[in-house]
Amino acid sequence: MIYLNNAATTIQKPPEVARAVIEAMAGAGSSSRGASADDLAAARAVAGTRSRLARLIGFDHPERVAFTLNATMALNTAIFGLLRPGDHVITTDFEHNSVLRPLNELSRRGAIELDHLPADASGRLRMEELDGLFRPGTRAVVATHASNLTGAVTDAAALARAAHSHGALFILDASQSLGCLPVDMGAIGADVLCFTGHKALMGPQGTGGLVVSPQVELAPLVHGGTGVKSAEPFQPESYPEHLEAGTMNAQGLAGLSAALDYLLALGVERVAEHEEGLRRRFLDGLRGLPAIVYGEHDGHPHTGVVALNLAGLDSSAVADRLAYEHGVATRAGLHCAPRMHAALGTLDRGAVRFSFGWYTTAADVDAALEALDAIAREVA
Amino acid sequence: MPGEAMLPPRPRRERAVVSFRSTFDAMEAERLCGEAGVPGRIIPLPVEITAECGLAWAMPEGAGPREAFMAAVEGSLVPEGIYTLAL
Repeated sequence: MIYLNNAATTIQKPPEVARAVIEAMAGAGSSSRGASADDLAAARAVAGTRSRLARLIGFDHPERVAFTLNATMALNTAIFGLLRPGDHVITTDFEHNSVLRPLNELSRRGAIELDHLPADASGRLRMEELDGLFRPGTRAVVATHASNLTGAVTDAAALARAAHSHGALFILDASQSLGCLPVDMGAIGADVLCFTGHKALMGPQGTGGLVVSPQVELAPLVHGGTGVKSAEPFQPESYPEHLEAGTMNAQGLAGLSAALDYLLALGVERVAEHEEGLRRRFLDGLRGLPAIVYGEHDGHPHTGVVALNLAGLDSSAVADRLAYEHGVATRAGLHCAPRMHAALGTLDRGAVRFSFGWYTTAADVDAALEALDAIAREVA
Repeated sequence: MPGEAMLPPRPRRERAVVSFRSTFDAMEAERLCGEAGVPGRIIPLPVEITAECGLAWAMPEGAGPREAFMAAVEGSLVPEGIYTLAL
């Protein structure tokens, strides 16, 4: 199988990742729940992962890297922990349901008022409308760093500047960028950055987290044991335990740590360059095909993602044929991004998303193009 | 284990015990002390001490180890407290 669904998860990881998980399964106890050699091995793995993640994003406070099960849990922690009744929030049409649904839930409860920065029919975010959305009660802007559907990268620094100029905070969803685009939390100006470990970071599933700037305080989403301050009736105020209740996924985080070592040595810039090369090759190859490509604008930065439809064909039928007749894995449907599909006019048929990763080769891209060509010829 | 003979009590010695605000700080202290060659190891926080973190750094008592410890962690973390205990 040629796996071109890396925006969902990366299957191919550096071999060190699986080795680290297996070693941790054999020798890691419970982080922060004991001082035996085995328990300290788990604590070291978790602490080392914090430091590596902080280094990757140029963040000087690794203790404020809190781990969660995934980016969705991290975003829920940030959104429910930061927003208060009466707050106004701005988000965008680019967002994944991991941002939209917690915000919609708070809106449905009447706790917040919500506005969306729209995307136009070509898949471009209408940044010129951003300033007009702020109100005196705007508490936060919540936005993704890149569309999970088209791969278009947002101007996160501009979103942060706008938020700060209106006294609001900026929450960045880096699920689609961390590991495949250089991300500097300070340069962007993110107050909270949420991430997942299993996509471009190439770590195991069940890992993710949020990075919280020192000037931001969040109420915890989950309350419980932390291994510290056990006599206290409430969640400790100190980070990272403030946001980490329950036994840590030490084995998964050991794998993420190995993945981060690999990326730090490799350089994320190389990943970005590699994926951009593959994307260009794919777009060039699509020119002779009856494909409708969404959200592509010359010169606009993208992750290694291309969304398209073949003329006259349903996206799920194309993805199914790609997988079962040609051995090419993609993702069809709505990609948990309903507002982006609405903007592009594809809510009814979805789109076929091709997403490349560090281990994707030019031969993989060519095979995908040949498969699309074969499918298109059959229905012509 | 049932029937296993208890070990004889270990002689107690004065130790300098460092407490931390978080497990992350304890792990950082362990790493930094390891790199700097500061003697000691991580132990469970003794019940005599109240601290945020359930782990502590124990090292031989004396000006030398204390200074070496502080030099190793300077700029990276601030211990919650340093105590002298017979362990």
